Amino acid sequence: MSETRFVGDASTLPDYGFGARSTTWWGVTGFIAIEGAAFALAFAAYFFLMAQEKQWPASAPPPDLLWGSATVALLLLSEVPNIWLKRAAERMDLRAVRRGLVVMSLIVLPAFVTRGLEYDHLNIGWDRNAYGSITWALLLMHTVHLVTDWVDTLVLTALMHTKHGEKDRRFVDTSENALYWHFIVGSWLLVYVLIYWIPRLSQ
Amino acid sequence: MTRVDGPDFSGDALHAALAKTWSDAPGFWGWLATVDHKRVGRRYIVTAFVFLGLGGVLALLMRLQLARPESGLISADRYNQIFSMHGTTMMFLFAVPVMEAFAVYLIPLMMGTRQIAFPRLNAFSYWIYLFGGVFLWIAFLLNIGPEAGWFAYVPLAGPEYSPGKRTDVWAQLITFTEVAALAGAVELITTILKQRAPGMSLNRMPLFAWSILVTSFMIVFAMPAVMLASSFLISDRLVGTQFYNPTEGGDALLWQHLFWFFGHPEVYIIFIPAVGFVSQITETFSQRQVFGYPLMVMAVVSIGLLAFGLWVHHMFATGLPRIGYSFYTAASMMIALPGGVQIFCWTATIWSGRPRWETPLWWVVAFIVTFVIGGLSGVMVASVPLDLQLHDSYFVVAHFHYVLIGGAVFPLLGAVTYWFPKFSGRLMAEPLGRWNVLFSFLTFHLTFFPMHLTGLLGMPRRVYTYPHGLGWDSLNLVSSIGAFLFAASVLLFFGNMVWSLSRGRAAGANPWNAASLEWKMPSPPPCYNFDHIPVVESRTPLWDDDRPVIPGLQTDKRELLVTTAIDAHSDLRDASAPPNAWPFFAAIATTIAFLGSIFTPWAVIWGALLMAVPLIFWFWPHDPLEPKPEQGDE
Amino acid sequence: MSPIQSALHPAGAHAAATATLFQIFLGVTGFFFLLVLLFLGWAILRRDRGTASDKRLRLTVAAWAMLITVGLFGLTLASYATDRSLFFAGHDQKPLRLKVTAQQWWWEVRYNGATPAQTITTANEIHLPLGRPAQIELEADDVIHSLWIPNLVGKEDLIPGRTTDLQLLPRQVGRFRAQCAEFCGLQHAHMALDVVVDTPEQFAAWEARSLQPAPAPRSEAQKRGHAIVTGMHCSGCHAITGTDAFGTVGPDLTRVASRATLAAGELPNARAWLTRWIADPQAIKPGNRMPRIPLTPAQRSDVVAYLETLK
Ligand code: HEA
Ligand code: HEA
Ligand code: HEC
Ligand code: CUA
Ligand SMILES: [Cu+2]
Repeated sequence: MSETRFVGDASTLPDYGFGARSTTWWGVTGFIAIEGAAFALAFAAYFFLMAQEKQWPASAPPPDLLWGSATVALLLLSEVPNIWLKRAAERMDLRAVRRGLVVMSLIVLPAFVTRGLEYDHLNIGWDRNAYGSITWALLLMHTVHLVTDWVDTLVLTALMHTKHGEKDRRFVDTSENALYWHFIVGSWLLVYVLIYWIPRLSQ
Repeated sequence: MTRVDGPDFSGDALHAALAKTWSDAPGFWGWLATVDHKRVGRRYIVTAFVFLGLGGVLALLMRLQLARPESGLISADRYNQIFSMHGTTMMFLFAVPVMEAFAVYLIPLMMGTRQIAFPRLNAFSYWIYLFGGVFLWIAFLLNIGPEAGWFAYVPLAGPEYSPGKRTDVWAQLITFTEVAALAGAVELITTILKQRAPGMSLNRMPLFAWSILVTSFMIVFAMPAVMLASSFLISDRLVGTQFYNPTEGGDALLWQHLFWFFGHPEVYIIFIPAVGFVSQITETFSQRQVFGYPLMVMAVVSIGLLAFGLWVHHMFATGLPRIGYSFYTAASMMIALPGGVQIFCWTATIWSGRPRWETPLWWVVAFIVTFVIGGLSGVMVASVPLDLQLHDSYFVVAHFHYVLIGGAVFPLLGAVTYWFPKFSGRLMAEPLGRWNVLFSFLTFHLTFFPMHLTGLLGMPRRVYTYPHGLGWDSLNLVSSIGAFLFAASVLLFFGNMVWSLSRGRAAGANPWNAASLEWKMPSPPPCYNFDHIPVVESRTPLWDDDRPVIPGLQTDKRELLVTTAIDAHSDLRDASAPPNAWPFFAAIATTIAFLGSIFTPWAVIWGALLMAVPLIFWFWPHDPLEPKPEQGDE
Repeated sequence: MSPIQSALHPAGAHAAATATLFQIFLGVTGFFFLLVLLFLGWAILRRDRGTASDKRLRLTVAAWAMLITVGLFGLTLASYATDRSLFFAGHDQKPLRLKVTAQQWWWEVRYNGATPAQTITTANEIHLPLGRPAQIELEADDVIHSLWIPNLVGKEDLIPGRTTDLQLLPRQVGRFRAQCAEFCGLQHAHMALDVVVDTPEQFAAWEARSLQPAPAPRSEAQKRGHAIVTGMHCSGCHAITGTDAFGTVGPDLTRVASRATLAAGELPNARAWLTRWIADPQAIKPGNRMPRIPLTPAQRSDVVAYLETLK
C-alpha cells in the first residue's frame, strides 16, 4: 500500500462541547427517551383501565389536590435555579455552578415532603382496585425518578467541589444534569394531570 | 508531554504507545475489569451461543416427547416449563443478545472508532445479561423455572393461577435482559451517530450500521412496554395490586396489549440486524455495492416504524372490534412491501455482481428461500379470518421458526463464517462450511415444513401430548427426526468453529476483499482498533485507492474522535473510560436487588442503596486530563 | 373417515370460506415465491457477468414493488371480503344461542331456555342442528382459554372478565373434535370437547331428552350409587338435575352417560374408563380439579352403575 495520506488535524479540536455535540447529551437523551416511553405507556395503561371502568375514579373520591399542587409549585420554582445553573455551566462559571448545584440539591427537599404527603392523600390503596394500582404506580414511578436525579445531583455537587470540577467537560455533565431535571419537572406536570385532574374531569 | 499520532508518530512506535494505553491489565483482574468492546462483544457472542445450545437441547426434549402420540416421557408440568424456557431462552437470552453482541463487536470497527460509546455501561450490560441468564437457568434446574410460556399471559401467570416463584423468576429475567438491551441500545445509537469516521455521512454508512441504528431505536421505544408490563405483573403477584385482576377493575388484555406492543417490535429487533448481516455479506461476495442502497435504508426504517403499529395481529382471537382488526391486517401486510423490495435488492446484487460462492453467500441463499416462505406464511396469518384458524396452532410455530431460524439464524451463521477471520485471525474450514449450509437447510425444512400441515390439521401449540388418530402422528415424527438432524448440523457448525479457532487457515486483514472499515486493521484487531482514524470518502472505503486518515488523537490516554451526527464532520476529541471493575460490582449489586425483590418488596429499597455504592464509584471521573491515567487500576 | 379436527376439511360455512381464502392466499403467495426462486436461480446460474446495468434493475424493482402492492391489495381485499361475508353468514335465520364457559380444564355448555326448567346444562359436548346458525357466548371462570372447532369455524378466546362470542353455521352432520387453543396451564393438552352436528330432528330429540330430569335409580346397586353420588362425596362439585346434587365445580352429570368422552375428551366413555377415572382422576389427568375420592371397589362399581343410567 502507498504512503498514508493525512488530512486535517484532530489535535486542534476542542475536548468538550455542549448539547448535541457531546456524547453525554446523547446518552442522557437516550435515557430520557426510554423513561419517556415508559411514562407514555403508563399513561396509555391508565386510559385503558379507565375505559374499562364504569366509574372513574373507581370506588374512591379523587386524590386531594393540595399536596400534589404544592409539588407542582415547588418543582416549577426549582426550574428557576435550574435554568440559571444550566446557563452558568454553559458559561463555564465554576463558582456559579458550585453554588447552583448546592441550591439544586437543597431545593428538592421540600418537594420530598409534599411528595410524601401526596401518598397520604390519594384516597385509595394500591391494592384496592386497578384505579388505585395505576395511580400509585404513576406516583411511584415519578418518585423514583425524583430520588434518582437528586442522588445524581448530590454526587455531581460533591464532584464539582473537588479539583475534578475544574475540568471543562464537567460543565457538560452539569448542563446535562440540568437537562434531566427538565424531564423530571415536565413529566411531573403530565403525571399530575393524570393523577389529580383526570379523576375530577371524568367524574 | 502528550503525543498525538500523525506523520511523525506512526508505525511500530505508535502501535506500541497505543497498545500500552488501550490494553487491559494482564490476569484475572484485567479480565474482570475490561471495557474493550471487542472482549465484551466476544463474551456476549459466546454466551449467547451457549444459550442457543441450551435452548436447542430443550427443543430436542420437546421433540422427543412429541415424536409419538400419548407419550409419557415428560410430564405435563415439566413440558410446560420446557417450552416456556425454550421460548424465553431463545428470544431473550439468544436472539436479541446475539444481535446486540455482534453490533457491540463490529459497530465501533465499522464506524472507524477506537471504542464503543459508554464502554463501562457496555461491560455492565454484559454482566447483567449473564447474571440474568444464569439465574434463570439455575431456577429452572431447581424446578422453579417459568411455566406460562414466553409471553406469560395473565391471569394464568397471575398470583392465583401461578403460585410459587416460577413466574416471578420469569418476570425478573425480563427485567435483567431489558436493562442489558436498553443500555446496549443507548451505546450503539451514540456510537453510530457520534463516533463515525470523518466523512462517513449517514448516507455512506454500511447497511449493517443502519440496521443497528434502527434496531436500537426500536429497543428504546419497545422494551419499556415489557418492563412496565412485567413490573405490573410482579406487583400484582407480590404486593397485591390489581392491574390484571378483572374482578377489581383490572384487565387481562392490558397485559396482552403491553406485551405485544413490545413483542411485535421484538421480532424485528431480531430480524433487522440479520438483514444487516445479509447486506454486508451480499456486498462483499458480489463484489459490488448493494443495489438500491436508498431503498434498503428506506426499507429498514419503514419496517422499524410500521412494527409499532402491528401488535394487535397477535390478538385477533380476543374479540376486539372487527373493523379495528382490518386495520392491523392491512398494516401487517404492508410490511411485505419493504420485505419484498429487500429480497429483490439482494438478489439483484448477486445477479449483477461477480459473485464469489463462498460459504457466507450460500447462507444468504438459504436465508432468502427460507425467510420468504416464513414471510409469506406471516402474510397468511395477518389475515383475520385465516388467523382465526391458524392462531395458536402449529402453523404459527412453523411461521415463526421459518422467520426466526431462516430469517435470523441462517444469516447469523453466515455472519459468523464471514467475520470469524476478523474475530480470530483464522478462516473456518472448507468445504465443510458449504456442506453445512446444505445440511442445515435440508434438515431445517424437514423439521419445520410439516408443522404447517400439523397446524392446519388442527394441532394446537403448547400441548405436551396429543391423542393418536387425528392424522398428526407421522408429521410429528418427521419433525422430531428432522429436529435431531438439524441439531446435528448446528453441532457441526459449533465443531467447525472450535476446530478452526486453532487450526483454521490464517486470514489476513481482509481475506474476502470487503469494503467496510472493520477489515482495515489486522485480524484479530489490536486493542486500539485503528492506529490512525480513517477518513471516509465513499460507501465502500476499502475499495477506494485513496485511504486518507486524520492524525491528532492523543496516544497516552484513551481518546476518541467525535463527529457530527449527520455529516460526520470532525468536531471534538472525547475521553474514553479506562477499564474498571465497578460495572461488574454494580451488576452484582443489581442482581442481588432484583433477586431480593422476588422475595420481599423491601429489596427495592435496600437494593437501590446497595446499587448506589458501586454506581457512584463507577461514575466518579477517571480524570482524563491527569498526566497519568489510572490504567489497570481498580 | 375424514379428519374430525382439521381446518382443511370444512363442515361449516365459516371453515369453508376460510379454506377457500387459504387456497387464494396459497396461490398468490406461491406465485410470488416462484418469482423469487426464479430470480434467485438466475442470479446464481447467470453466466454473462458484467453486462448488467443498474438502470434496468431500477425499472424492474419499481415493477416488482407495484406487483407486490397489487398482490397485497388483492389479498387484503379478499381477506376483508371473507371476513364481512362470514360476519353476515346466516344472519337471515334466528340463531341457536348457547353459552360455553371454560375452566381449567373442561367446558360447561348451557342452552338457556325461558325458564330454568327449559335450560340444558351439559359439559364437554355441544350439539348443534344442521343448517341453523349458532351463536355461542363465551366466558371463562379462571384463565384464558380458546374454543377452536377447526372443521366448523376458527377460534375465539374465552377471557375472564369479558364476554366474547363465536358464530357458526354447520353444513354437514357428524362428530367433530374441538380443542382449547390458548395455553391454560397444566392440562391444556387435555381440554377438548365433542361437537355433534345433528339433523334438525335428531337435535330436537336430543333437546327433549336433555330437558328431562335424571332418571331415578332402579337396581339396588344403582340406588347405592345414587346415595354415594348425591351424598356429600360428589354432589359438592357435580350437579344432577332432579337430585340433591347441585355442585358447580365440576361438569354437570345429568346426561354423563350419553356423552362420547369423559373428562374433556381425555377418555372414551366406557365402563372400564369411568371406573378408572373415579378411582384415580389424578393418575389419568394429573393436576385436574377432581380429587381422588376414597371409595371401596364395591362402592365404585355402585357409583358407575348409577352413572351409567344417566343418559
Ligand atoms: C424474525 C422474526 C419474525 C419476522 C421477520 C416475522 C415477519 C412477519 N410476521 Fe411473524 N411472528 C414471529 C416472528 C417474526 N415474524 C413470531 C416469533 C411470532 C409468534 C409469537 C408467538 O405467538 O409466540 C409471529 C407471529 C405472527 C403473527 C401472529 C400469529 C398468531 O399468533 O396467530 C402474525 C399475524 O399477522 C405475523 C405476521 C408476520 C408478517 C406479516 C411478517 C412480515 O414481516 C413478513 C414480510 C416478508 C415477506 C412477505 C416475504 C418477502 C416478500 C415478498 C417475496 C413479496 C411478495 C409478497 C406478497 C405479495 C405477499 N407473525
Ligand atoms: C430464535 C429462536 C428459536 C430457535 C432458534 C428455535 C429452535 C427450535 N425450536 Fe423453537 N420456539 C421459539 C423460538 C426458537 N426456537 C419460540 C419463541 C417458541 C414459543 C415458545 C412458547 O410457546 O412460549 C418456540 C416453540 C417451539 C415449539 C413448540 C412447542 C409447543 O408449542 O409445545 C417447538 C416444537 O417442536 C420448537 C422446536 C424447535 C426446534 C426443534 C428448534 C431447533 O432449531 C433447535 C436446534 C438445536 C440446537 C440449536 C441445539 C444444538 C446444540 C447442541 C445439541 C449442543 C449443546 C451445546 C451446548 C449446551 C453449548 N420450538
Ligand atoms: C372437588 C370437586 C370434585 C369432586 C368431589 C368430584 N368431582 Fe368429578 N369432576 C370434578 C371436575 C373439576 C371434573 C372435570 C375434570 C376435568 O375434565 O378436568 C370432574 C369430572 C368428572 C367426570 C367426567 C365428566 C365428564 O363429562 O367428562 C365424572 C364422571 C366425575 N367427575 C364423577 C365424579 C364422581 C362419581 C365423584 C364422587 C365419587 C366426583 N366426580 C367427585 C370435580 C369433582
Ligand atoms: Cu383451556 Cu387451554
Ligand atoms: Cu407480530
